[in-house]
Amino acid sequence: MNSMIIAGLLLVLLGLSYQTGWSKGRGLSAANSGVNVHSRPQYHAARVAIWTLVPALVILALWMAFGPGITRGYIVSQIPVDILTALDQGGLTATIQRIGALASGYGVAGEIQPFEQSAADALRNFQTITFLAMIAAAAGLAILALLYARSRISPRLRARNDVEVVITTLLIFCSAVAIMTTIGIVLSLASEALRFFSFINPVDFFFGTVWNPSFSTTATQDYGDYGLLPLLTGTLWVAAIASLVAVPIGLMTAIYLSQYAPRRVRAVIKPVIEILAGIPTIVYGFFALVTVGPFLAGVGNVIGVDISATSALTAGLVMGIMIIPFISSLSDDILNQVPLAMRDGSYGLGATQSETIRNVLLPAALPGIVGAFLLAVSRAIGETMIVVLAAGNSPVLRGTPLEPISTITVSIVNQLTGDSDFAGPQSLVAFALGLTLFVITLLLNIVALYIVRRFREQYE
Amino acid sequence: MTDQTAPAAKQPTQRTLQIRASLRRRHLSEQIFRIMGIIAICAALGFVALLFTDVLRKGIPAFHQATLHLDITFDPEIIGVDPAPVQIAGQSAADFNAAQLAWQRNVAMLNWNNVITAAMTEAAPEGFEIDSRALLAIPETNARHVVREAFVADPSLLGQTHRFDLLASANVDNWVKGNIDRSLDDSRQQLPADTRGLVDILVENGTITQDFAWGLFTNVDSRAAPASAGLAGAFMGSLYMMLVVIVLAVPIGVASAIYLEEFAPKSRLTDLIEVNINNLAAVPSIVFGLLGAAVFINFFGLPRSAPLVGGLVLTLMTLPTIIIATRAALQAVSPALRQAALGLGASKTQMVFHHVLPVTFPSILTATIIGVAQALGETAPLLLIGMNAFVASIPGSPVDQATALPVQIFLWQGNENRNFFEARTSAAIMVLLGLMILLNAVAIFLRTRLERRA
Repeated sequence: MNSMIIAGLLLVLLGLSYQTGWSKGRGLSAANSGVNVHSRPQYHAARVAIWTLVPALVILALWMAFGPGITRGYIVSQIPVDILTALDQGGLTATIQRIGALASGYGVAGEIQPFEQSAADALRNFQTITFLAMIAAAAGLAILALLYARSRISPRLRARNDVEVVITTLLIFCSAVAIMTTIGIVLSLASEALRFFSFINPVDFFFGTVWNPSFSTTATQDYGDYGLLPLLTGTLWVAAIASLVAVPIGLMTAIYLSQYAPRRVRAVIKPVIEILAGIPTIVYGFFALVTVGPFLAGVGNVIGVDISATSALTAGLVMGIMIIPFISSLSDDILNQVPLAMRDGSYGLGATQSETIRNVLLPAALPGIVGAFLLAVSRAIGETMIVVLAAGNSPVLRGTPLEPISTITVSIVNQLTGDSDFAGPQSLVAFALGLTLFVITLLLNIVALYIVRRFREQYE
Repeated sequence: MTDQTAPAAKQPTQRTLQIRASLRRRHLSEQIFRIMGIIAICAALGFVALLFTDVLRKGIPAFHQATLHLDITFDPEIIGVDPAPVQIAGQSAADFNAAQLAWQRNVAMLNWNNVITAAMTEAAPEGFEIDSRALLAIPETNARHVVREAFVADPSLLGQTHRFDLLASANVDNWVKGNIDRSLDDSRQQLPADTRGLVDILVENGTITQDFAWGLFTNVDSRAAPASAGLAGAFMGSLYMMLVVIVLAVPIGVASAIYLEEFAPKSRLTDLIEVNINNLAAVPSIVFGLLGAAVFINFFGLPRSAPLVGGLVLTLMTLPTIIIATRAALQAVSPALRQAALGLGASKTQMVFHHVLPVTFPSILTATIIGVAQALGETAPLLLIGMNAFVASIPGSPVDQATALPVQIFLWQGNENRNFFEARTSAAIMVLLGLMILLNAVAIFLRTRLERRA
């Protein structure tokens, strides 16, 4: 209801101000024949609209920011002093919530005390009055601003420039969102991770070999063990197996498509392979869990090796499939950037196509391919759903990829799912893990992008 | 020279033999290399084919579900409630409403399983001995709600017989589809022997048939009645999230791309923003989930499990994709267009918004759709902001509790009733992939169409 009134008010103000600006702006050239009018009418209209809406929006924002606090203060002032002094912090919050619920007409559980009823009645009046006052203030201020902006309209007024300044400011504001996101990530991860390190010694975290968070009550002060190494080795196992699958297949695919395949074959096969990059990772996870895992376990049975259905091998294999297109697309681009002269020189000396590729193209493209490889590895390290479903969730240091493992991302999901307050190290550890993950992938990306950029500059 | 080579052609020298041998070896290795390339491509294509056939093979059966066609008699003796109240002349609306509610409560208090048991006994062949518990294992547990709601909606059914299409329970569905090994002994079967026998008879006489599973699309998730679990709630949750993404990510992404490409002075700061956006595109999605949990839920106090928060997190995730694509599109616009606009006296803002931006519209649209498709399939960050809670209702607004399609897949694959939910999960995956393929097809269609026009 209230939000509808506010939306309606803003719409009316918008229409009114735009129309006012438009008609006065249009009238300018007619009224002052012979004078060059600087801006076209729609700029005058937009300028007046901006002048009108900004004060109204500021008032609304102030109300949203401070309204709840003022309301709370009012409720507290309505509670009789003797009751107020008897209440502790939790009781006070509960009473305020009861009064708020009474005032909104929802009703509350249990006996309604007389002071609660009277406070709720007063609160209802107070809320109506403050809301109306706020609306009146917003509308009044907007009208004043409208009149002022209208009075300034003249042929010489540079309305277009004013509007463009506002547009540019908005654009700057939007590009700040990306920066704010990064700052938000770093700050939230770092602050929560610091809180985690106030419980657990960083040395125990980064160099501990046992991962065993205990969910027992904090009364015993025993939080369990939070050693990163089992998770890190699990992550590395999966990433290594994924690279072993993806690098040969991806690289050979890129070589064949860029050097051998006719144009039409390439035009069909390349998008089909890139489908692999677009499939949601939960689908890969399900595929790994119900198809690849049992298949690998069966193969293990036949050849006499004990392979667990959910293991680093299963997850790594499927993740390898997922990152094939990253390697093949990037390598393809990079192979195409190697100057033709190098290739032709090699042919001229009598080398076969494969000799040219192996001895000339690949060494020349190597830095770029390494960059592509690092990007793919960073993608594999940060991947979550495949390992959540198919890696087995067993955070133990292991020397073989054939057994269940756990990774950094899996533990983040396990520790934070279903937990809303970040009071103990059990959930805070997710942020320390997230920070570790963020730093690892960031470093890999920076190095990879640097290598790729250097490679490009070399041949430009 | 000719004098020397002519005899050599007849009688190959040691040297020529060596060269021939080495050529043969080199050509062989050329062949091997080429074949390795083909093998690699076949492997990659094989993976695509394997993945899709696997999902299709598992998922297609779930689109048909064992359905029970029962003639249910609303026998007044079993139901035994008074007829529904009728508004008498002079009765106030409030009194009538109260009478109505009292009647509905009576109806709800009834054991509607009795009605179903009676109908099932009727449908069973003459003289088939079976106790009511074994009988009630056949219809899904929500059958009594379906029948009750039909009665509440139309109280005149009392005393009449009406044909209902009820879902059979998950175990019956498994049995009918042959997902359970029939040779297992009783202790390892989920259904009692009597029930299995009756189900076979009912399939024989057409009372149980495999009908198209509309419930998969129209129902919400359900734990008590797994056979009726559907995707409607998850679909609405995903829809709300995508709306939030489109409303926020597209304007912000396009605006920041415009600023960085057209207005920003070349400075340290803009370099920093550029590096930052490239890195943001490569940040693991789960880190965005941590950001959402810490900032949106803990700091700003937004509700958990709400599509609004999910949409915000996915917005931040898709933003780099849209910014990078829009910048590429802006860079591709011919400088002649800009210079012509500026030359005719347009301001920089007018040049960008009136002339450059419309040309890039197809590319921006494509990038947006691809970004949205990516966001649609994202799961990990949603788990951290509580969207994996069990929600048995269709969300009415973006701040209601909801789940999302990929999260529903995650929840279903973990269901204990493996036999039934493996197919159900694959079907949900088919729906998700279908939506994503549709979005991509729309993107390709629009791009080719708009580009032809431009």
